[in-house]
Amino acid sequence: MALRSSITRRTLTLGLNSTMLLPLSRSLQTFSLPDLPYDYGALEPAISGEIMQLHHQKHHQTYITNYNKALEQLHEAIQKGDSSTVVKLQSAIKFNGGGHVNHSIFWKNLAPIREGGGEPPKASLGWAIDTHFGSLESLIQKMNAEGAGLQGSGWVWVGVNKELKKLVIETTPNQDPLVTKGPHLVPLLGIDVWEHAYYLQYKNVRPDYLKNIWKVINWKYASEVYEKECA
Amino acid sequence: MAATTSMVTSLTFTIPSLGFRLPTRSYPCVKPQRRFVRKAASNVITATYELKAPPYPLNALEPHMSRETLEYHWGKHHRTYVENLNKQVVGTDLEGLSLEDIIIVTYNKGDILPAFNNAAQAWNHDFFWESMKPGGGGKPSGDLLDLIERDFGSFERFIEEFKSAAATQFGSGWAWLAYKANRLDVENAVNPWPSEKDKKLVIVKSPNAMNPLVWDYFPLLTIDVWEHAYYLDFQNQRPDYISVFMEKLVSWETVNTRLEKAKARAAEREMEEERRRKEEEEGKPTNEEDDDDDLEMYVDNDNDDSEAE
Repeated sequence: MALRSSITRRTLTLGLNSTMLLPLSRSLQTFSLPDLPYDYGALEPAISGEIMQLHHQKHHQTYITNYNKALEQLHEAIQKGDSSTVVKLQSAIKFNGGGHVNHSIFWKNLAPIREGGGEPPKASLGWAIDTHFGSLESLIQKMNAEGAGLQGSGWVWVGVNKELKKLVIETTPNQDPLVTKGPHLVPLLGIDVWEHAYYLQYKNVRPDYLKNIWKVINWKYASEVYEKECA
Repeated sequence: MAATTSMVTSLTFTIPSLGFRLPTRSYPCVKPQRRFVRKAASNVITATYELKAPPYPLNALEPHMSRETLEYHWGKHHRTYVENLNKQVVGTDLEGLSLEDIIIVTYNKGDILPAFNNAAQAWNHDFFWESMKPGGGGKPSGDLLDLIERDFGSFERFIEEFKSAAATQFGSGWAWLAYKANRLDVENAVNPWPSEKDKKLVIVKSPNAMNPLVWDYFPLLTIDVWEHAYYLDFQNQRPDYISVFMEKLVSWETVNTRLEKAKARAAEREMEEERRRKEEEEGKPTNEEDDDDDLEMYVDNDNDDSEAE
């Protein structure tokens, strides 16, 4: 996953980027918070700066911190041959690793309007959407219905099945990545419907959040991923 | 602002009404909050579930839980669960059942039916408001404290475990203190544990709408850890919210009342089982006589294999 370098003014956190070397083993990679390619307030009024800041600096960072911790514990357990602990750690890795994976994609799925946020997809992805869903409006409607209907916390995705070259709409619970719904599924676009993603601004009205987020959806990124998988 | 006086509404014929909290209620199972509404232009009587107000004004839990949170959490989230439940239930077999019965029926042993989420969340939130009070917190006493110390080692250990369960319920959900009265559900087996030892307090956590009723536990206390429960007041700081809940909001009196009910119900069930077991034993001699008749009918040789029939 490429990290875009950005002007210091935009970066509000500098994450750890160290690599830990452990004796008698391969080095364990630690993960750090990717920078946002835009200011926290740049997605307003669709998503408030307050939410973006909390979401990025607190929620995403916490997933990364806990993911690193779980990986370290996993590494130790593997070295010791402690299978019980290896298995026990799987849920923490899924939660926190999934949280890191999903949010890293999410920041790229969003863009300020003046940088193309909200502009409909063209080229091959645009064509595929029209073919598969009839129209972009139809896809949006379906995404919003799935997103609003999701009980509890989770994500709603537009993905592509890279084997069948077909677009799909899926939901995943909690921080489960899209790949848990099918090994050939690649996420193009994910919308976080955990309450923390919208509550301060939209309160209980998740449908309003879903309606408005399309104004800042970065279809350019989704197209890039699609073209890579379906070239 | 008193929530009860501001919620005056009149019964309309076709819209599920918002009601007051009825003065007599039993804990924790809500006696059916039913209002019988006659639909205009038809003689059909339908039962609907009501949104009960919390047992205190919406600002009474400040500064620990803001009025704004109560307004949204109770006034929007909880209200929506109740309204949607009513829509789902009307005209179906579920109509007329108590809320607890709907939960068990729609839980469907894990193969969850559509009305479960709304029913369980309606119940969970009633239970949650009642678990708190202004000026809450502190320590329980009496039997409740004794049981806590017996089953968790100390009150402090209990607090730790409860907080940990609430903090580690990933995603949306609830953490519970519940009374678990184990009953072996096998016909010819006798529970080997002496009664009192077998009944205990447990801490459990559940995702989304799940609650311990479906496991046949008796809930005593809950904390809502869906983000909407704490986000306005604490943002991402769930552990702070949990601490404040334990220290300033928990109504130990309510928990105590629920415990007494739990014990009474467990005792009732034991007596039921005793009675049923006695009846079965007394029924045996008559059965043996019938068997002899059958044997006579089916034996047509001297081989002793009639028993194998």
